[in-house]
Amino acid sequence: MAIQSPSLDMTTAAAPAPVARPATRSYWQQVGRRLRRDPVTLVCGGILLLIVLAALGAPWLGLADPYKTSMLRRLYPIGSPNFPLGTDELGRDMLSRLIYGGRLSLFMGVTPVICALLIGGALGITAGFMGGRVNMLIMRIMDVFYAFPSVLLAISLSGAMGAGAENTLLALTLVFIPPICRVSESVTTQVRGFDFVDAARASGAGTLTIVRVHVLGNVLGPILVYATSLISVAIILAAGLSFLGLGVKPPEPEWGLMLNTLRQAIYVNPLLAALPGVMIFITSICFNLMSDGLRAAMDVKA
Amino acid sequence: MDSVLPVTDRGGPVQPLLLAKGLRKHFPIPGGLLGRTTKVVRAVDDLSLSVAKGETLGVVGESGCGKSTVARLLMRLIRPDKGTMVLDGDPVDEPHGITLNELRRQVQMVFQDSYASLNPRLTIVETLAFAPRAHGLAGAEAKARSRDLLAKVGLDPNNFADRYPHELSGGQRQRVNIARALALRPRLVILDEAVSALDKSVEAQVLNMLVDLKEEFGLTYIFISHDLNVVQYLSDRVMVMYLGKIVEIGAVEAIYGDPQHPYTRALLSARPSMDPRRRTREAPIQGDPPNPIDPPSGCRFRTRCPFAEDVCGKAEPLLTDTGAQEVACHMRIRGSGHTRAP
Amino acid sequence: MTDPKNAPLLEVEDLHVTFVTPDRTVHAVNGVSFALKRGETLGILGESGSGKSVTLRSILKLHPEHRTRWSGSIRLEGDEVLPMKGSALANLRGNRVSMIFQEPATAFDPVFTIGQQITETIRRHTGKSDADAWKRAKELLELVRIPSPAQRLKAYPHEMSGGMRQRAMIALALSCNPSLLLADEPTTALDATVQIQVLLLIRELQRELDLGVIFVTHDIGVAVEVSDRIGVMYAGKLVELGGVEQMVDAPRHPYTRGLLASTVHGGMRGQRLEAIPGAPPDLSAAPTACSFAPRCKYAEARCLAAPPPLTAATEGHLVRCVGRIDTLAA
Repeated sequence: MAIQSPSLDMTTAAAPAPVARPATRSYWQQVGRRLRRDPVTLVCGGILLLIVLAALGAPWLGLADPYKTSMLRRLYPIGSPNFPLGTDELGRDMLSRLIYGGRLSLFMGVTPVICALLIGGALGITAGFMGGRVNMLIMRIMDVFYAFPSVLLAISLSGAMGAGAENTLLALTLVFIPPICRVSESVTTQVRGFDFVDAARASGAGTLTIVRVHVLGNVLGPILVYATSLISVAIILAAGLSFLGLGVKPPEPEWGLMLNTLRQAIYVNPLLAALPGVMIFITSICFNLMSDGLRAAMDVKA
Repeated sequence: MDSVLPVTDRGGPVQPLLLAKGLRKHFPIPGGLLGRTTKVVRAVDDLSLSVAKGETLGVVGESGCGKSTVARLLMRLIRPDKGTMVLDGDPVDEPHGITLNELRRQVQMVFQDSYASLNPRLTIVETLAFAPRAHGLAGAEAKARSRDLLAKVGLDPNNFADRYPHELSGGQRQRVNIARALALRPRLVILDEAVSALDKSVEAQVLNMLVDLKEEFGLTYIFISHDLNVVQYLSDRVMVMYLGKIVEIGAVEAIYGDPQHPYTRALLSARPSMDPRRRTREAPIQGDPPNPIDPPSGCRFRTRCPFAEDVCGKAEPLLTDTGAQEVACHMRIRGSGHTRAP
Repeated sequence: MTDPKNAPLLEVEDLHVTFVTPDRTVHAVNGVSFALKRGETLGILGESGSGKSVTLRSILKLHPEHRTRWSGSIRLEGDEVLPMKGSALANLRGNRVSMIFQEPATAFDPVFTIGQQITETIRRHTGKSDADAWKRAKELLELVRIPSPAQRLKAYPHEMSGGMRQRAMIALALSCNPSLLLADEPTTALDATVQIQVLLLIRELQRELDLGVIFVTHDIGVAVEVSDRIGVMYAGKLVELGGVEQMVDAPRHPYTRGLLASTVHGGMRGQRLEAIPGAPPDLSAAPTACSFAPRCKYAEARCLAAPPPLTAATEGHLVRCVGRIDTLAA
């Protein structure tokens, strides 16, 4: 049953009565306007921006050397003079390491998602638009990957290829291709079913033109939103791999690795040991809330 | 600007604009393991029709009768399993005929759902300019033509060109869809339930406009609708479909004035009465239209027909000329074996 | 107390419904009043956005509480509906008023059989035993003329055709002996030959069970088939209300006339249709004048001065128009 929206057909009059034309906003302008009215998304976006800027600008912030160890000042508590966030088990400045750690952690979170987005998105859109046997072939291959839990798959891939940032990136990319492909395929299949795609075919346009003009514009939004929500998973997975010793190698600052090495200090200074975890938590929850906000803002019907 | 995509009459006024012969479309239903098909929907079965230049052919029938499939087959949005089409003397998609692209330039379609048939991310003028540009018209020229078309369908280009579909009412969106169908200067426009979703007062505006556009552009219409009154208003000839088959076809006066097929009669008397003193007392036929999967043998209407006899289950009645119209019913076929046959 | 036979079953007085969301406010219903007797069918006719469905759903308070503002009064057998909450509202919805919808597919849960769903409703509302409820469910399917009801009770919703599902939904709606049946375009999604069967069924049941029925539709023909009286809604108001013969023979409001004139029927071939120009108004502000005036060819200065009142043109025939109605008769 269709619940009647009382104002669906209430735009200005048809041919007669020349009414002053109301300002028309494009779709993305509307999304922007809705985002600006959403405090949660704004705050999350702000925090993320801060973390990213700090990580990128770390060398110019006048921080202590994140690699410089000192046996004398190990595990200083939070709030120590000169070390606002204390020092780690090798006496390195925590604040500096957390900020520098953001570089690798964010990189490890964002890069595989982007790579997976390009590959999985292309595969999914192809499968969705072509349908039939092509769809069957691509999606069944994806199903094979789906059969393994993503954490297990990442661990076994990293384990097989050996530790290191590049291998972690590769493993994470492979893990994220199937879900992105599946989401892309389902949105594309849905859009392909709309009459405007048929109308475009009926106008004699080529397949590539139809995909470019009528499909991409309508599927990229939802796919991007989904990919944003994967970034937090990627950060956590990358941190997890590092924690297990399968990811980044010491002494590189990276949140997951820091969590691992500070493990021993948990009885000495639990607050300090939790700090990298707090960063992972804040970053991933911000990405998640932002993707929710984006989803809501992009759900424009009227 | 009409010189850019010229369409010329070839066979003269007597040659039918569109001829379809033996069109058939069965949709397999994937089921069972490994997607093996066990059942088929017999959406359209051996359907032949011809559309004369300048006429309006109305198509009526209930859900599942295949009328929308016919529209998509004629547009070649779906490929027929069998059958041939000839457009003004040229066979379609055959070695010596015209290409599908050429067919789609001369035949256009308007869909029922005005919202789903417009890309929400494109402005109205972008939507209208899409087809002419795909056919090689320069951007500026395509835009100019689009604005011109908007004016033709009663929407002020200055007001509407740069708007998005969600900012328009249902009636305005359907006007845009009609404008888009005209953008390639087609000769035949298929209107698939094009006014069914509109409110009555808006429907009347759009119907008036369709009549005007037909006159102005010299169009031929295939008008598909479940609304018998609207079909009667607009059509010159009417085709009645039931479960993928034509049961009756003929001039509008004959079909509405002297329907021969029991289904056509039932359909006509199922219309709500507009007179409170003469309300309908009894439903003309009982039950729902059967599923087009596994339609009844012989005459497909026999399961709901009050006059069904043995012969109706054994042999399929072919379309037979009764003078004013063609009917597919054993009661009208000489020597068919039906007790009421002439 | 007046004679209960003649006391109105339902009285709606000056009903206003406003939807408030952060994005906008919609004045969907702007002062609707009518009364319905037991055993009477009122057809409410209107186009999309006229407020006909909102009015109907307000009788059951089906709109989300937090963004809907109601005012005015709705009285069912003397009880005020709008202040109802919790168990009183549940009792109203289950036992006293039932509703049938346009799309029967969504009214049934696809994972339970028709029989399970009807018996569950009966048991919840009457506390009958399983066996008794099943027996009652079978009677109900017989009541709505479903052939071989015992087998049909075991069918899942998707195994039934559209017409059968709609009949089953009517059976479900009648399972607790309501005194008022609300119908929201129940035949719009059905095929022509099935629509007339369901219309006749509703008419028969209404007579057999002495039901009050409010039937919302956009189709004049359908309204004429089922209604004793017809109300025409435009921009959230009843613009005309009268007996079905009065409304068809001598419509008084310019909108009703326009609607009748623009409805295509046999014998109009070749004539130009008399369409109502323009489109319905924006409902973001409460009306301060006659809402139809911008599209009305008889509009004059006083139409824009204030919203016109609903006045009696003849016995039982109410019109909301200040124009000189008699001179409009042309």
